[in-house]
Amino acid sequence: MNNFKSNIEKRKRIESIFRTICKALTWTSLVILVVLLYHVAEQGFHRLSPDFLSNFPSRFPDKAGIKSALWGSIWLISLVFLISVPIGISSAIYLEEYENKGKLARFIEVNISNLAGVPSIVYGILGLAIFVRFFGLDRSLIAGAFTMSLLILPVIIIASREALRAVPQSIRHGAYALGATQWQTIYHHVLPAALPGILTGVILAMSRAIGETAPLIMIGALTYVAFVPESIMDPFATLPIQIFNWASRPQAAFEEVAAAGIIVLLVVLLTMNLAAVIIRNYAQRKYRW
Amino acid sequence: MVINDPILSIWNLNIRYGQTLAVKNNSFEIEKNKVTAIIGPSGCGKSTLLRTLNRMNDFIDSFNTDGTINFDGNDIYAADADPVEIRRRIGMVFQKPNPFPKSIYKNITWGPQINGYQGDMDTLVEESLKGAALWDEVKDRLNESALSLSGGQQQRLCIARCIAMRPEVILMDEPASALDPKSTARVEELIAKLRQDYTIVIVTHNMQQAARVSDNTLFLYEGELIEYGPTKALFTKPEKQQTEDYITGRFG
Repeated sequence: MNNFKSNIEKRKRIESIFRTICKALTWTSLVILVVLLYHVAEQGFHRLSPDFLSNFPSRFPDKAGIKSALWGSIWLISLVFLISVPIGISSAIYLEEYENKGKLARFIEVNISNLAGVPSIVYGILGLAIFVRFFGLDRSLIAGAFTMSLLILPVIIIASREALRAVPQSIRHGAYALGATQWQTIYHHVLPAALPGILTGVILAMSRAIGETAPLIMIGALTYVAFVPESIMDPFATLPIQIFNWASRPQAAFEEVAAAGIIVLLVVLLTMNLAAVIIRNYAQRKYRW
Repeated sequence: MVINDPILSIWNLNIRYGQTLAVKNNSFEIEKNKVTAIIGPSGCGKSTLLRTLNRMNDFIDSFNTDGTINFDGNDIYAADADPVEIRRRIGMVFQKPNPFPKSIYKNITWGPQINGYQGDMDTLVEESLKGAALWDEVKDRLNESALSLSGGQQQRLCIARCIAMRPEVILMDEPASALDPKSTARVEELIAKLRQDYTIVIVTHNMQQAARVSDNTLFLYEGELIEYGPTKALFTKPEKQQTEDYITGRFG
């Protein structure tokens, strides 16, 4: 009658071992992160001052500031946002809502996923060839913004498609059954419901864009800029490039300046993410099913 | 069955999903201002048939159809037929209540709004909710989320949303199957009330429900129209053996 071999003790043991491993690994990575942050803060904190934010880079560590790089990053990220978000979300809507059947859609889908995995330096080469040389945009902010937008578009498209797909089909049907066009259905119901998910993708993509260095070096962003960009055609530096430049100098004092730069970069990044998370949570509250 | 005043006329309708024939050569007419029930065992094609009547199957990739469905003198699958316009005139209530995650008020007004309704919205909301026997329960909380309503209330809200469009036909796809008995009874009462002003086609696999609410009943089995007639006649003295077997519970 009883064909069950009760191995509950063994199963419980495996359970507890597995749980311990997961816990240990989680804490390890957290501890490493905290140590890194502490190290940066210890080195750079005393370098932080209003002067540091309002000075241009300098040969002298005490005078070196981050103004041009900070403004360069703010310009760049704003442009990238303006370029990539409309294109990314529109593409996702097209692929998910309008052209979501057949071989062509699958072909495009596979390719976009592949593009998300292409090393960023490759986008740098592409940007150099197309935007800098072919379109003659030179080493300008707009060339950098286009290059960076190419880099993050796959991320935005993939995340937005996932978010659109997660909206229950019944909502679409409810709208269609009232004589709504596809656009009315998408604009009034599908998009608002997918917004939290789309924002998550946008946050991730923007974070990546603000931290990327390689493609910008490739297209020739400058490492020493003594002015704030005033138009999209101006040359520019960005925070990570400036930090890299300082960190690679021989003087020990510049290492501290680099650490201070990292703190500024992290603050910018966290502020951006926080804002997006607040917007997302606000949007999320309204949609539950 | 001969119908004097048809609103929908279906001739030689075949419905396929890819190679699978889901509905086979159906021809029948839907009587105006009456309740028509479509019954049959699960998977017999009754929901497919219903959704074809207002082109809700257009969104399914492999779906295709031939034959004609005449509505108000025009074939709704003709090349120049506009599915948006057809769905405005032929509304639908779904199996699972699917109110929009917006306020109760907005749920009613959205359809009329996007279709350019010129009249007074407050009046429309009140009339529609009264029409769906929901007004007394929600009149003080019109700005609350529709998702705060119970399942039965949500379904009546979906009916209210549908009748706010003043459709000529209302298609109901097992509208009470996800509801408890009490809510089911209220939805059935509502159907009895709505039959005065609307043509209703209801799919159900609850035969008692079909017997209670409908004037005509169509029995579908494996995609074939087995029998169609006045509900009373079909349930008391069915002409076909298969119909009798089904309604007496011998299979299905």
